[in-house]
Amino acid sequence: MAVCVAVIAKENYPLYIRSVPTENELKFHYMVHTSLDVVDEKISAMGKALVDQRELYLGLLYPTEDYKVYGYVTNSRVKFVMVVDSSNTALRDNEIRSMFRKLHSSYTDVMCNPFYNPGDRIQSRAFDSMVTSMMIQVC
Amino acid sequence: MRARSAGRSLGAGGRRMADAVLFEFLHTEMVAELWAHDPDSGPGGQNMSLSVLEGMGFRVGQALGERLSRETLAYREELDILKFLCKDLWMAVFQKQMDSLRTNHQGTYVLQDNSFPLLIRMASGLQYLEEAPKFLAFTCGLLRGTLCTLGVKSLVTASVAALPACKFQVVIQKS
Repeated sequence: MAVCVAVIAKENYPLYIRSVPTENELKFHYMVHTSLDVVDEKISAMGKALVDQRELYLGLLYPTEDYKVYGYVTNSRVKFVMVVDSSNTALRDNEIRSMFRKLHSSYTDVMCNPFYNPGDRIQSRAFDSMVTSMMIQVC
Repeated sequence: MRARSAGRSLGAGGRRMADAVLFEFLHTEMVAELWAHDPDSGPGGQNMSLSVLEGMGFRVGQALGERLSRETLAYREELDILKFLCKDLWMAVFQKQMDSLRTNHQGTYVLQDNSFPLLIRMASGLQYLEEAPKFLAFTCGLLRGTLCTLGVKSLVTASVAALPACKFQVVIQKS
């Protein structure tokens, strides 16, 4: 269960960012912003790698003492960043991968929506509810 | 142009044929409708209609570029992206692959289709040659939009020497 989910455009501005504990939101925004550097580093490393396998899932970007940050980049250079609670050790790699896959397919649906202009903030309610299902329920 | 998954779920052959024909009819109507509004204005009006068609193709290309490149691995270089256009994009939209791709290795690519599906119903030879460009505007936009989602700024033009063969010239803009 994620604590914060962000969709960053190709030009590195946020298209969608939502975090669960609504107090101290700025901390998560800052975390996502700093993780972009790591994402860029991984992308350029991918470009120079001689291996044929170039994955979209970037894996663990960096761990802090409370949280772990995961990244995923699409072929259109749109980045998905997910912040997960460190204490939740039950989350395995393939669960994170499947969450990213769901995010990717919902983002593709948003892109195909004729009322959406590429580059605008994502305001689709369907996307919102999909992200809600992935986040921790805090009552 | 529905996503391939929709076609697969109801039996591949029959559903895909209906998709192609529906798109051809819709495209023909789009061109006819945009031309109906400017019956006697000069070249200015026609250019407006051409850019509207190209703009439509651009938006569709952006969405298609996102959807079709979902499962593939990350692209390594420009030539891979062009090959994706010639194989996957053309297959999804026109149910065939591009016939030839040539490049001068300096950012210009020429994609040739010897029997372009949107022109094949019109003529086979030189008849209707002046009418052909308006039927290519949407497809030029489609190519430009898909390239834009994949991170490549480009300029796409089309030329017809003899129906139904046509060439799309893609010039990559280095910023």
